[in-house]
Amino acid sequence: MDLQRLHLDKTLLNALLALAAISLFVVYSGSAKDVSATLGHLMRLLLGFTILLVVAQIRPEILERWSPYVFIAGMLLLIAVLAVGVTGKGAQRWLHLGFLRFQPAEIMKLAVPMMLSWFLARGNLPPTLPKLALAFLMMAIPAFMIVKQPDLGTALLVFGAGVFVLFLGGMRWRVMVTLLVIVAVAAPFAWNHLHDYQRSRVLTLFNPEADPLGTGYHTIQSMIAVGSGGIYGKGWLNSSQAHLDYLPESSTDFIFAVYAEEFGLLGSLLLLAIYTIVVGRGMLIAYLAKDTYTRLLAGSLSLTFFLYFFVNMGMVTGILPIVGIPLPVMSYGGSSIVTIMAAFGILMSIQTHRKIAE
Amino acid sequence: MLNIPIKDQFRESRLFNARLTVVGAIVLALILALFLRLAYLQIFAYRHFETLSQANRVKPIPIQPPRGLILDRHGVVLAQNYPVYTLEIIPEQVDDMNSLLEELKQVVNLNEADLKNFHKQLRERPRFENLLLRSHLTEEEAARLAVRRTYFSGVELEARLQRHYPLAGLGVHFLGYVARINEQELERIDKATYRGMQHIGKLGVEVSYEKTLLGQVGFEKVETNAHGRSLRILERIAPVAGKNLHLSIDAKLQALAEQALGKRRGAVIALEPATGAILAFVSTPTYDPNPFVNGIDPDSYQALLDDPDKPLINRALNGQYALGSTIKAFLGLAALELENFDAGKPIACPGWFTLPGSSHQFRDWKKSGHGTMNLHDAVVQSCDVYFYRLAVAMEVDAMKKFLASFGFGGKTGVDLLSESEGLLPSVAWKEARGQKWYPGETVITGIGQGSILVTPLQLAAAMSALANQGVRMKPQLVRAIVDAKTRAARETVPEAYAQIPLKDKQHLDIQIQNLTDVVHTNKGTAYGIGYNSPYKIAGKTGTAQVKGIAQGQSYSEKHTPERFRDHALFVSFAPVGDPKVAVAVVVENGGHGSSAAAPIARKVMDHVILGKTSATPGAAAPASENDE
Repeated sequence: MDLQRLHLDKTLLNALLALAAISLFVVYSGSAKDVSATLGHLMRLLLGFTILLVVAQIRPEILERWSPYVFIAGMLLLIAVLAVGVTGKGAQRWLHLGFLRFQPAEIMKLAVPMMLSWFLARGNLPPTLPKLALAFLMMAIPAFMIVKQPDLGTALLVFGAGVFVLFLGGMRWRVMVTLLVIVAVAAPFAWNHLHDYQRSRVLTLFNPEADPLGTGYHTIQSMIAVGSGGIYGKGWLNSSQAHLDYLPESSTDFIFAVYAEEFGLLGSLLLLAIYTIVVGRGMLIAYLAKDTYTRLLAGSLSLTFFLYFFVNMGMVTGILPIVGIPLPVMSYGGSSIVTIMAAFGILMSIQTHRKIAE
Repeated sequence: MLNIPIKDQFRESRLFNARLTVVGAIVLALILALFLRLAYLQIFAYRHFETLSQANRVKPIPIQPPRGLILDRHGVVLAQNYPVYTLEIIPEQVDDMNSLLEELKQVVNLNEADLKNFHKQLRERPRFENLLLRSHLTEEEAARLAVRRTYFSGVELEARLQRHYPLAGLGVHFLGYVARINEQELERIDKATYRGMQHIGKLGVEVSYEKTLLGQVGFEKVETNAHGRSLRILERIAPVAGKNLHLSIDAKLQALAEQALGKRRGAVIALEPATGAILAFVSTPTYDPNPFVNGIDPDSYQALLDDPDKPLINRALNGQYALGSTIKAFLGLAALELENFDAGKPIACPGWFTLPGSSHQFRDWKKSGHGTMNLHDAVVQSCDVYFYRLAVAMEVDAMKKFLASFGFGGKTGVDLLSESEGLLPSVAWKEARGQKWYPGETVITGIGQGSILVTPLQLAAAMSALANQGVRMKPQLVRAIVDAKTRAARETVPEAYAQIPLKDKQHLDIQIQNLTDVVHTNKGTAYGIGYNSPYKIAGKTGTAQVKGIAQGQSYSEKHTPERFRDHALFVSFAPVGDPKVAVAVVVENGGHGSSAAAPIARKVMDHVILGKTSATPGAAAPASENDE
């Protein structure tokens, strides 16, 4: 099969297929051998790869032209979710669109980098200060709305995606330093706006043992799972931590703990290598891209993907606070798989259409 | 496109690539950090987390071993276990105790006593422990509770083996009971041995043989989830049942003796002289030990404490009484042994005795006096004056030494804890208390009055020593310890103390003949039980003063309130020549030993020797001339 004609990137595709294959085994184990959950995950992966295939066919120029509209549509959906959203797990994140539940925040993971890349590409780089200020609002406002849902994890990814665009777009160092100072000053204010559970998660990071049955519980149990895996792991389906209900969210946010317990350090390294290949390939695509929009977008999407798995693995291994960020491709459920696959579709489109154009 | 200014593509791509390189380096650094973290967790901290993981997964749940049964010599069950459903609460898992109790009231029947008892435990016991709310749930209540259990946090429905004493109060004083482990015991006991156990022996055989009865806790290593729910059993170490105790007690004899004492306060001990095996061990009144097992309610306990008859006191083991004339059974032997006393020489008994240089009269119980007395007559008729003289000749310290060889003034070594020692007075004992020994005290010690105190058990053991050719045996309740599973029995080997030193073995036979004549001659004080006895009994009556009688006054049973009446005592063994049983009887405030105590002893001996319950002996008996 000529992957090039299908606008697919071989390296990325193989890495993603490997992740998908592994994920089926781990979801089966993490969900306590729930066949229907595993099949559900398979269906989502199939949906994801289909979307990847579709998005990869869309030429980058068209994506660029659509960027503002996608962003505006996403903003409207965010407002809608705050107004009439369905409450799931104590958080208001979902919109019911008849046949499926839909999480508009997911769209913003793509819409914000697309919008900012489009916006920065409308002029010379590095961007001017007023332009930066506008760009900052374009990412901060949706991020703030997502925090309010509340969904700290997605907000972080959306905001991160925006920051990557600005940074790759050549935002000046002195501006960045100034912004960091502003963030430092604003942090106490933002702290007051966090929900209690979000605060306690951040506090827990610094001392998980302080409240072993409360907020530190998830971190400790997750570290026990990873650590007890050892070098070779306990073997597939032998994650006692997950099967005995000690691990929270063992097939979703904490699926890496199940994986690390069952497949040990060797398995973890394999997974880390695949993720590194994916990010590296994405950055290479950004490097090879021929215009500002595709460069910024490819760079931002790759780095967001990195942020995704880094934050997830960081929280599972106890070096980052617990924020609700799933492990991309591996974690069961959610609309995240669709967004992630769409992002890889964009990356492949950028890569393959460039070559065709040549 | 629309209004894009001319762009310097080269400069922009160079800027972008520079930034991409920076981020790339950061990304690599962070991935390295992640790798190091994983390596730390999975290699260096592996042992630590592996241990934690195991601890998470596997929870050892103790399995209570069945406590050993206690049986009488014929296999009658005195203490057993039977399973009951209990409703237990773990306070630390309960958010709102009051509303929980209200809800539970809808499911099971809870009365005031249950709640009162529960609140008492709630104040006294640790919050992580299972506290009993109700036991003996009916099948229906258990089923109702089982269905709703998941809605209640901290509520446990358990099937527990409950200690039960089927004969209720029978023999409670030697049997004792188990009850919940209390705070002090919790500090003393080995936590591992008692893992998962809630009861411990408190009194009697239940506590003295605690280790034997206890057994070994078993364990189920259960895989649990984070909510503490058991998922499956990984390993099971079966508990080892406690060993069964076969007592030498004859439950029928015990019941007979308890009934013979009736409502009176007192004690009866029946021993097998050759082995020290205890056949009956009675203290009355008795009480039902069953309510104690799961914590007696405070009102009932207070009622037992306030009972003027003091049923909780173990009179057989801890009751200390003056010997009264029963001392003559032993001092009579001393008279024969003594160098400076001629037992064969008759002594005049005018009804009173005075020490040289004193006008104080020590009276004989028979005001008119017994006339001329030798040892035989003095024992048979229980002449006090004769023994006053003997005591003066013997001196108190020699009396102490002689009586101690019969086991008085010390523990008999019975297999029960907290035995009382009684008291043998001496000059040194008195002086140690900063007081002077008066010659008069020596005189009254001769008839078993004054400071001297003995327990009914000591009395029976001493009488057994007389019966057993001067060899005193250690009294034993447990005849054999039997493994419930293998049936392997470890028989108790009878233990003998040092032979009572005698100059002439014949002295023993002479004294036994004297004691036989107490029962079988019409001048004997116990003729009432002896005239119609098909076997020969050696015995001695006694009456122990409770209230001092002033000089010049006389004791009148009719005019003395019951609690100040004399204690009635009787010691005996039978059949003479081939003694099978020795009996000591004390009837508190019973009056005369001959009429109150001796008939009880006869009933006991009849049961042991004849194997049947005789008609009330002594009731229609010809009155003995001497009714001390």
